[in-house]
Amino acid sequence: MKDYRFIGKATPRKDALDIVTGKTKFINDLTVPNMLYAKVLRSPLPHALIKSINTTEAMNLSGVKAVLTYKDIPNWKGGLPQHVRVLDSKVRYVGDAVALVAAETEEIGEEALSLIKVEYEPLPAVYDVEEAIQPEAPQLYEQFPGNVLPRGIRVFGPTPLQELVIGDIDQGIAEADFIVEGTYAYENIPNPLPPESPGAIAVWEGTDTLTIWSASQGPHMLKVALQNLMGGSTQVKSIGSPVGGSYGSKYMSWQYVFPAAALAKVTGRPVKICYGKSEHLAAFSVRIGSRIHGKVGMKMDGTVTFFEGDWLVNTGAFSEGTQGMVAVGCGEVQLMLKCANWNLQPRVVCTNRTASGQVRGYGGQELKCALVPILTLGMEKANIDPVDFFKRNYVKPGEGYYWRDGKWWVSKGIDFTKAIEEGAKAFGWQEKWQGWLKPTSVVGTKRRGVGVGVHGNADVGEDVSEAFVRLDPDGKATIYSGLAEHGTGQRSNICKYVAEILQLPLDRISVTASDSCINPFEFGPVGSRGTYAIGSAVIAAAEDAKQQLFKIMAPKFNEITAPEFNVTSEDLATEDGMVYVKGKPDVRLPWIKGLRYHGTCLGRGRFEPDFTKPNFMMIFTEVEVDIETGKVDLIRVVAATDVGQIIDPQGITNQLNGCLGSAGIDSALFEETVIDTRLGRIMNPNMIDYKWRTFAELPEMEHAILETPFPTHRFHAIGVGEIAPSPGPSAVLMAVTNAIGVRIHDYPLTPDKILSALGKLTIKKGGRG
Amino acid sequence: MFQINTSPSQRTFTLSINGETHLFSLGEGCHEVSSSHTLAFTLRERLGLTGTKISCDRGACGSCTVMMDGKAVLSCMLLTVECEGKVISTIEGLGDPITGSIDPIQQSFIDHTAFQCGFCTPGIIMSTKALLTENPSPTRGEVQEALSGNYCRCNSHYHVLDAVMAVARKDGDQ
Repeated sequence: MKDYRFIGKATPRKDALDIVTGKTKFINDLTVPNMLYAKVLRSPLPHALIKSINTTEAMNLSGVKAVLTYKDIPNWKGGLPQHVRVLDSKVRYVGDAVALVAAETEEIGEEALSLIKVEYEPLPAVYDVEEAIQPEAPQLYEQFPGNVLPRGIRVFGPTPLQELVIGDIDQGIAEADFIVEGTYAYENIPNPLPPESPGAIAVWEGTDTLTIWSASQGPHMLKVALQNLMGGSTQVKSIGSPVGGSYGSKYMSWQYVFPAAALAKVTGRPVKICYGKSEHLAAFSVRIGSRIHGKVGMKMDGTVTFFEGDWLVNTGAFSEGTQGMVAVGCGEVQLMLKCANWNLQPRVVCTNRTASGQVRGYGGQELKCALVPILTLGMEKANIDPVDFFKRNYVKPGEGYYWRDGKWWVSKGIDFTKAIEEGAKAFGWQEKWQGWLKPTSVVGTKRRGVGVGVHGNADVGEDVSEAFVRLDPDGKATIYSGLAEHGTGQRSNICKYVAEILQLPLDRISVTASDSCINPFEFGPVGSRGTYAIGSAVIAAAEDAKQQLFKIMAPKFNEITAPEFNVTSEDLATEDGMVYVKGKPDVRLPWIKGLRYHGTCLGRGRFEPDFTKPNFMMIFTEVEVDIETGKVDLIRVVAATDVGQIIDPQGITNQLNGCLGSAGIDSALFEETVIDTRLGRIMNPNMIDYKWRTFAELPEMEHAILETPFPTHRFHAIGVGEIAPSPGPSAVLMAVTNAIGVRIHDYPLTPDKILSALGKLTIKKGGRG
Repeated sequence: MFQINTSPSQRTFTLSINGETHLFSLGEGCHEVSSSHTLAFTLRERLGLTGTKISCDRGACGSCTVMMDGKAVLSCMLLTVECEGKVISTIEGLGDPITGSIDPIQQSFIDHTAFQCGFCTPGIIMSTKALLTENPSPTRGEVQEALSGNYCRCNSHYHVLDAVMAVARKDGDQ
């Protein structure tokens, strides 16, 4: 493996000093002169018509500058297809927006909310995905009969993957030695719950230029999305701030940007909106719910002959972009399962709870959490070790899949067999695996069990990234990128690529603010695409800048130092802001000799989508279940992957440790959003009742990170950050199932469910505990 | 309208923050400190000390941790008016005010990349400072216990523990 000067070496994050000294300015740390604060009145009812709304008293409160209702809100619409008004005459979940207030202080804004008088006409509500598609169910939208969202919409191109129909199910039935079926669900709606709640500041200049500072994970795409959703002649300038956690949830940001933009427009003043934590938990993006009734045919050797199933996707009160998650999920499931005959029919269904939005795992995690357990029914019957099953089934170079765009792609990546084997070795799988529904060990009431899960996506190469690299005469480089730092260290990593290409110390490289007016197009760091897609654009820009520099410098060498060499740009290399002749390091000139003090050179880079390089993650888990109390403890986790080339050693271990929370493994253990279905209210919209893992309860964590050079860019690396948590929940379900010897069909695996599965507790239908 | 403060001794109070004394007037005006304001709010909105973060605002997540009289406290759970006469330090006051150098804990967090998004980091560092002030050489388990009130969603816990143990050992040697 090549030894680099920067790549693969532990280097401090460029933003480290500001982070540890508290100087990093997150969105709620910013103020703009003359700024007002936005507050949102939220519905107490899950489904109702607004009969009347009186804002007079609120408007008369000193310090209140605007109150908006559905009657005077701009007709901007978000959602897929566009169906979500900023304010509507109908509310569809407890927490739905009813009115907006702009006030001089947050306290005045809150007081004003209490002075708005609303009269509702309550409507019946529905929460369960299957009840919502019954003919007599309450209807959330006139345009979506049966509460089912349409498939035929444009997302990821004109022919998105909206079902998985391949081969012939009858053929698969004929070939099967046996058929198993079951229903599993991952619909405990875990919250990604970044510590920083969503927030933005909106300012209008003139009538059609809108500047947005926000905590968006993809500030450049926010500009594109807002301009598209607002229509007309609105020009959006989007500036990203450091993101205080997102995990996918703050990528789409119109939900909280629209209210600030509407209030800023009507008041003519800057308006800040920052959700409080209960608002964040009860009225912002949560995971989609996923339930599958599925049937799988297998041969005794473990070959899967068909999979047929209904995939019921609960998107809550609206679809922020759920059909996109369905497309990616249908693609990703093919990466982990070789099967010639598929008929997987997704239905995206609206219900009266807070809306689902994108969360890391993006369709694939939710699908697998319900689908893999059905496969395990077959593995159990054929007595096949799940590690062997996954090893045999995971996509290999030369094998194909339909991806999100509905097109057939063939893997040109690498074989992950070695990563699986190394992970199994590190975990001690062979010693611990005792067979299906069998514990690894039993001591008194404590039973240990092991389980494994797998995930991967081909989105590491999704969408377009562009970047510029500017070289300055004093031997410094600036990267122009619309990338916002959301925690993975990507803004530092792109500096490492440029440092390596230009052989320039990291402190001489900077990145522009993620301002859409300065930078070229950037889709954003999602789908683990930072390393390959964003990295490739930056690398290409740096290479371009370097070649331009050499073209400028070559004649200078001939003029100044060594006319006898007849130097061309191919003969040159650069290091530490000097250009030298290869093989003659003493023959050197500083960049300024070519660029002059009044010049720069600008390299351009662009990455085009490429769905041929799937990444990979396998999570091994060991749990201990106390069959007396029903408590499940996570004892040990091993994450196994192959990343081609480590860019930053501490960055990658941090990212893999991220498999626990932020909607990962812990969503199988104790994380859930609990809805009281009598009232439609979320019962735990605070950080005491919504459970999260503390420092005191960490499992043993180990990683098997392989570096098999990947055919991506010149550093042969591939990203895995997004997918770290995705295999976790199904692995934990498998481990608990093996520990207690009984199958459980949904998450999270709380003590009441364990005891109920063991026959020690009866849970009444319609409620737990 | 602007009102002349007729009884300054009752209407003003002082806070000692990062070695400096700040004078506030008590009241409901835009630039005053209300009796209902939390310390976290006052630090951020009146003094611009935004290194102290507010996340849950209900005493659950530790993002707003500051030190008061040498102990870690949750500044979102304290009323500002209760803090008169206390010695308060925030993340901004952690380095050496004369040399400008950062605290060894901060350096160790940099060296171990003991953060990802960094939002919870100031609170974690302040909890660590309070722990090491009281117990300069804790065990890993004691560090885990001391930080168990600090929420970190990126799962930087393992790097944080390494970073704290690295400085804890050095302190213990002295």
